[in-house]
Amino acid sequence: MTLSPDAAILLTGVLVAVAAAPLGLFLVLRGAAMLTDAVSHAVLPGIVLVWLATGAVSGLLPMFGAVAAGLATVALVALAERSRLMAGDAAVGLVFPALFALGVLLVNLYARDVHIDADAVLLGEIGLVWLETRSLFGLDLPAAAVPLIAVAAVNFAVVGLLWKELKLSSFDPVLAAAMGFRPGLLHLLLFALTAATAVAAFDAVGVILFVAFVAVPPATALLLTDRPGRALGLAVVLAVVAAVAGQAIAVGWNISIGGMMAVATGLPFLLALLAAPRNGVLARLARRRQERLDHDCRALAAHLLSHRGAPDEAEENTARALREHLRWPPARAERVILRALDRGLIRREGARLELTEKGMAEAGALFDPTRRG
Amino acid sequence: MTIWLADPTLRTVLAGAAILGVTAGVLGSFAVLRRQSLMGDVLAHAALPGLCIGFLAAGARAPSALMAGAFLTGGLAAGAVAVIGRLTRLRTDVALAVVLSLFFAAGVVLLTFVQTRGGGAQAGLTAFLFGQAAAILRADLWVMGTVAAVSLGLLAAFWKEAEAAVFDPDHARVQGLPVAMVEVGLTLMVAVAVVVGLQMVGVVLMTAMLVAPAVAARQWVNRLAPMVLLAAACGVMAGSVGAVLSTLGRGLSTGPLIVLSATLIAVLSLLFAPGRGVLWRALRDRALRRRLEGRRVLATLAALGRAHDDPGYAAEAGMIDTAHGTATARVLARLTEAGLVRRVSRPPKTTPHWELTEAGHRVVGRSGERE
Repeated sequence: MTLSPDAAILLTGVLVAVAAAPLGLFLVLRGAAMLTDAVSHAVLPGIVLVWLATGAVSGLLPMFGAVAAGLATVALVALAERSRLMAGDAAVGLVFPALFALGVLLVNLYARDVHIDADAVLLGEIGLVWLETRSLFGLDLPAAAVPLIAVAAVNFAVVGLLWKELKLSSFDPVLAAAMGFRPGLLHLLLFALTAATAVAAFDAVGVILFVAFVAVPPATALLLTDRPGRALGLAVVLAVVAAVAGQAIAVGWNISIGGMMAVATGLPFLLALLAAPRNGVLARLARRRQERLDHDCRALAAHLLSHRGAPDEAEENTARALREHLRWPPARAERVILRALDRGLIRREGARLELTEKGMAEAGALFDPTRRG
Repeated sequence: MTIWLADPTLRTVLAGAAILGVTAGVLGSFAVLRRQSLMGDVLAHAALPGLCIGFLAAGARAPSALMAGAFLTGGLAAGAVAVIGRLTRLRTDVALAVVLSLFFAAGVVLLTFVQTRGGGAQAGLTAFLFGQAAAILRADLWVMGTVAAVSLGLLAAFWKEAEAAVFDPDHARVQGLPVAMVEVGLTLMVAVAVVVGLQMVGVVLMTAMLVAPAVAARQWVNRLAPMVLLAAACGVMAGSVGAVLSTLGRGLSTGPLIVLSATLIAVLSLLFAPGRGVLWRALRDRALRRRLEGRRVLATLAALGRAHDDPGYAAEAGMIDTAHGTATARVLARLTEAGLVRRVSRPPKTTPHWELTEAGHRVVGRSGERE
């Protein structure tokens, strides 16, 4: 059975999306997303050197070269960082452009007419994946899909087997080390898998779009849920949807398919960024506003309590004093009074504001926190 | 040298490399000191959609339109990173990666959009990925030069504010300086440097031009103004070396060569910078270690002398080894050379013995009186 070109392209895109998700989840959780970018760039010299040495452009050998180059990048960055001669971000920014430049130079010098092409490494050529097919289980799959199936399987197997270890070492590396889980080793394993996946994804989407699949769907998922397991499921779904939608749009408008797949991961991210229930920007801003209002209510209660029964009570415990003595703008003073009335902290006595029982308790707790418990 | 300068193309490329070197060196120094090295990478990648928008808006490959577009999307990307980093729980690092990849993906999409409708003129746009120094025209130089001069002039005018915001933002804020504005300004300046470098090294490798000269310069000096000047010099050097090397053969592309030159300068600085470099540190550590070893052997000899109530006591070599738990022959040889111990024989024993010289006693007396 042979796949139609469109189906072959879609299959490849979906495979990239699926293979990247489990790695991306932990890379994002560890705050190592830019190191992923660095590693995916740095695999280029690895591939080129393997090609120069053996003539192999596909198969296991280039993948070993890529993994070696990726691990070398992580090691070099760690070395540069540990020398304390530069900050960690400068170390990343120093190491990977040099390795990538080396790769580009080697390609331009020796490999101009071969399968490796710097533009393609950067951008991918997913539109052409159906040209070269390979038979697997009686199915004619695009050649680029075969390594992708392999790395996707390995990624899920490793992440599944080491789920609890990866979780622990991502959230609490010190505890993980104390319990003997070797977080450093897990870190390297994660980057070895990342390098291998980056190579497999090169043909399809290129380095930077691969980074989009690694970073964006897991980041979106982590805005929407707190649980790594759900986040992984969500990331896979989001990535697959992006691949499908991206292809549909790209074919309709005759634009880059890989690029559009990556752009399509951006829309859910943007929506989650703005409107995620607890971690979105809007929810954050609303919560911040709410907290400011609550804080003002406490300030009001404290103000009323400290002047309660004092000679200046009639003057101080009024709405006017809030404007003139606390220098709150009228709109803010009004909001705070309404909120405090709503919460039953105060009541009006003519022009005067008076604390209720509840308000007294809240203000009292401010001055004597031990009484609260 | 004169032969090279006679070549008009090379002259243009060298001038471009010099402008890029100065701009990237100066503005990159600030980025590196502010821990924003990777922001340069993000802004460089985010320039790609801007280039396409500039191209679509101008309808041609007009350098000023391309630069304006690149600056615009660069600014947008910087804003997006700030929003994601400050208003969500995602780490800055994730914000950078998300913005970088999404903007670049949008750029790739726009690039193919331009290609399908732009015909032959689009060839100039893919060159921005890795840079195409040979395609730089004199007109491009003027635009690059003007942009660089304006941004560097602005930086010079607000030098004091920039310096304060880099080293002690809290103190600067207390003093009433508009720190937030200065920080936004410095980030936008990185976008300017990116815009200037696009034609030379391209969006992908631009980050190296910001980071490498600054890291190199930081190793040699400890003050901001000298560091900035030195970074500019390193940038110019890397740019010119890369440009000249690229004329030596086919396939030697300018962008990667400039980046590799800059990295080489940085690596050499990291190794050899006096006082700070890796090599210097290794030498100093070795000297310290040897001094300490020597002192410990001298102290052992003195202690043995005290234990035997005989200041001139000569200890057997094996005894000293045992006291230290390790072989000390090399240390003893060094001390002999320095005239602090001397080898004596104590017949009937045949093994070598060591005793402190006068100078050795004095050294021990100076350092070990508290014991």
